[in-house]
Amino acid sequence: MSFLSYLIKGISLGSVYSIIALGYTMVYGIAKMLNFAHGDVIMVGGFVIYTLMSLAGINPLISVLAAIVICTLLGVTIEGIAYRPLRKASSLAVLITAIGVSYFLQNVALLVYGSNPKSFTSVINVPALKLADGKLTITGETLVTIPLCIIIMVILNLFIKKSKVGRSMIAVSEDKDAAVLMGVNVNKTIAITFAIGSALAGVASALMFSTYPNLSSTSGAMPGIKAFVAAVFGGIGSIPGAMIGGVLLGIIQILSSAYISTQLADAIVFLILILVLLIKPTGIMGKKLHEKV
Amino acid sequence: MEMLSVKNLSISFGGLRAVDSFNITIQKGELYGLIGPNGAGKTTVFNLLTGVYKPDSGIIILDGENISGKSPIEINKAGIARTFQNIRLFKNLTVLDNVKTGLHNQYKYTTLAGILRLPSYYRTEKLMTEKAYDILKVFDLDKEAATLSANLPYGKQRKLEIARALATNPKLLLLDEPAAGMNPAETEELMKTITLIREKFGVTILLIEHDMKLVAGICEKIFVLNFGMELANGLPQDVLNNPEVIKAYLGE
Amino acid sequence: MKKNIMKVNLSKDAKYNLITIAAIIVVYAMCQIMIAAGMMSYLMKGLLVPFCYYSILAVSLNLTVGILGELSLGQAGFMCIGAFASAFFSKCTINLIPNTFIRFTLAIFVGALAAAIFGMFIGVAVLRLRGDYLAIVTLAFGEIIKNVLNTIFVGYDSKGFHFSLKDAASLKLQGDGTLIINGPQGITSTPQDTNFTVSTLLLIATFIIVANLINSRSGRAIMAIRDNRIAAEAMGIDVTKFRILAFTITAALAGVAGVLYAHNISSLNATPKNFGYNMSIMILVFVVLGGIGNIRGSIIASVILTLLPEYLRFLQDYRMLIYAIVLIIMMILNWNPTCIAWRKKYSLGSIFRKKTQGEV
Repeated sequence: MSFLSYLIKGISLGSVYSIIALGYTMVYGIAKMLNFAHGDVIMVGGFVIYTLMSLAGINPLISVLAAIVICTLLGVTIEGIAYRPLRKASSLAVLITAIGVSYFLQNVALLVYGSNPKSFTSVINVPALKLADGKLTITGETLVTIPLCIIIMVILNLFIKKSKVGRSMIAVSEDKDAAVLMGVNVNKTIAITFAIGSALAGVASALMFSTYPNLSSTSGAMPGIKAFVAAVFGGIGSIPGAMIGGVLLGIIQILSSAYISTQLADAIVFLILILVLLIKPTGIMGKKLHEKV
Repeated sequence: MEMLSVKNLSISFGGLRAVDSFNITIQKGELYGLIGPNGAGKTTVFNLLTGVYKPDSGIIILDGENISGKSPIEINKAGIARTFQNIRLFKNLTVLDNVKTGLHNQYKYTTLAGILRLPSYYRTEKLMTEKAYDILKVFDLDKEAATLSANLPYGKQRKLEIARALATNPKLLLLDEPAAGMNPAETEELMKTITLIREKFGVTILLIEHDMKLVAGICEKIFVLNFGMELANGLPQDVLNNPEVIKAYLGE
Repeated sequence: MKKNIMKVNLSKDAKYNLITIAAIIVVYAMCQIMIAAGMMSYLMKGLLVPFCYYSILAVSLNLTVGILGELSLGQAGFMCIGAFASAFFSKCTINLIPNTFIRFTLAIFVGALAAAIFGMFIGVAVLRLRGDYLAIVTLAFGEIIKNVLNTIFVGYDSKGFHFSLKDAASLKLQGDGTLIINGPQGITSTPQDTNFTVSTLLLIATFIIVANLINSRSGRAIMAIRDNRIAAEAMGIDVTKFRILAFTITAALAGVAGVLYAHNISSLNATPKNFGYNMSIMILVFVVLGGIGNIRGSIIASVILTLLPEYLRFLQDYRMLIYAIVLIIMMILNWNPTCIAWRKKYSLGSIFRKKTQGEV
């Protein structure tokens, strides 16, 4: 029974990773850049909810919606100010800029909220489900997180495949120059991608901090890195890859901390990542790229 | 004496037979032309000969040695050097260093000798520099030795690629469209250079080219490839007057 | 004529290297004079050794990032291995080898060797990986090292070495035993053998190693792989071998930086702050701002960017914020096409360059 409960916990955490990884993977697929600041957008989302809900006493749903809106605006602003001027620069320059943005967000949060971690109150008010005579408990957070993630995935997939904006995203990610010739507005498409990715980060912040309530200026960094790992795991640039990668990562992390060692859980996650990449260098769902000679 | 002998070389990409039962025999010192319409599989033949692609079937014998299925590195060491259709110079290295990179396996000293600047470093580097200048002079590039290769004009970049390939001391030199993007005067000069390097370096040459003036002017034999298959093969006057070849080039 | 060109070429590299080494020595001498005259603050004195090990880390990372052209985020991991291996060695041999010079020299080799072995291992493991995939694997490697070192307990007594992954008590040491690695507490009371002089010498050695490597047959091979892997293979260059070589040398030198670090502090433990990916990223920032492939730039950037937060101390809580903003602005000024065009138009250097290009 305990295995099942760990598994469910893992899927729940993995679903959150998936949502964050989607932001990473979409941005990577389209702008070909590693947005290191993505994790910190989640942290900002967490603080927005904390401020509105715990400090100002505003309704949780409104707080979450506000966080999503603020994260979206933040993502678009970051893209416009820091990344857009570097569209043609080397990927390393963009990476360093993203690191700068990450430092910036962390230090703003540190200035405003101080270094003491804040305790996040769960935004989810769903009673836990007790099964098998109380031997298996599924928390309310999990009951909301997993279905919500599935809904998000389905909507996102439909949006990208069916809508005009979604198709221009695919066009830009395949070939930026050709997309321009076909009349696609590349800057607008990239901005929309950042908006969607950051909105997802807003959703992820509500879900993640409800389960793991420790909120400080650096609490977005590690989940950000993990989600990045999940994205690479599944094959960066691939949306189904991000989902699979995220869920697998969550399960591996929870099971290894339960059965092997809490301290080594992260090491095991990273080790499995390395092993997967050694066997399949472009991730589980990644496409193999051939260089034309 | 046979320098290169290829038998039944084939490769498919996703069901498409890119090269189908390719057979060729090149004698030592010969200058062979490989021509054909766009997409005929000429560069694929080069990629097969140099080990970039592994053939589905077929045998490649270079100067008596079976090199089929070997890696590009092993094949270069065995004696095939090439240039690329889309120029692949080491852009951030100087002209001189590009050629010295070609000399990599001709002149050796250990990494440690390089780091510690042992006598073998100075001795070998001096020899390498001299040899590199010798090769650059043939191509009239010695005055630009210190220029970054990316800053060379297009025609000179093509020449530098040939110089770099020659530096590996090949038995067989593969030139992939050496005259592409050159004006008639430059092409004229290139024809002279190609004949000259064959004499000077005693190398056998197989070249892909669209410029018929160049092909007819210097090649002793011509192989025509169409849809991955042999259309004609033999002496220039026979091949170029072959009605099949004319049809393939001009259409019905 | 020909001989002349060769001479100029050779001495140009040599001159560049000599100027850099001379500059390091001058700065070193100035610092020593300031210390002797009591003109250097306590804070600055504490930064002298870090300047050196950060510079070593940046110069060696530049070999992978700038010369080999691969993005690595595992520099802190190699440093961590060098630090722990050498501290372990020093603690074990402190009674055996009383001579500090011999012991520390050996410790440097131990640290470099241990890191080199891991570097070679990573180099082999990532053979099929490129670009961002390689970046994440190196990052993962660094995190694994840090995590694993936090769970190791090693002790020594009359019966030999004891090893555990649980806690110090399960080592069951005898009364005369000493605890060497104490899990998350790491290694305490390592002999503090590092000083500014040794650090400077090792920095110079690192510079010479990397600079000489670049201007040699192996260095050209590594740069050829960076510029065009397919052409490098076609030239008969063993891409695998030289990729591993670059990784190994980078790791070994990062290990040396780790040795300096470990013997400069009283207690060594692996925390996210000193050996986490943030450290690797910080070193990468030094390399990028100093100029990719420019090893002198790496040293200058390391020193300036280590100093900058200290000089921004008067800004108190705002200093890291300012640092972040400076970083972003610098990247945009350096890489934005409009900014580049503007700089080219108004800088003296570019006018000069235009003239020389005209002559050619």
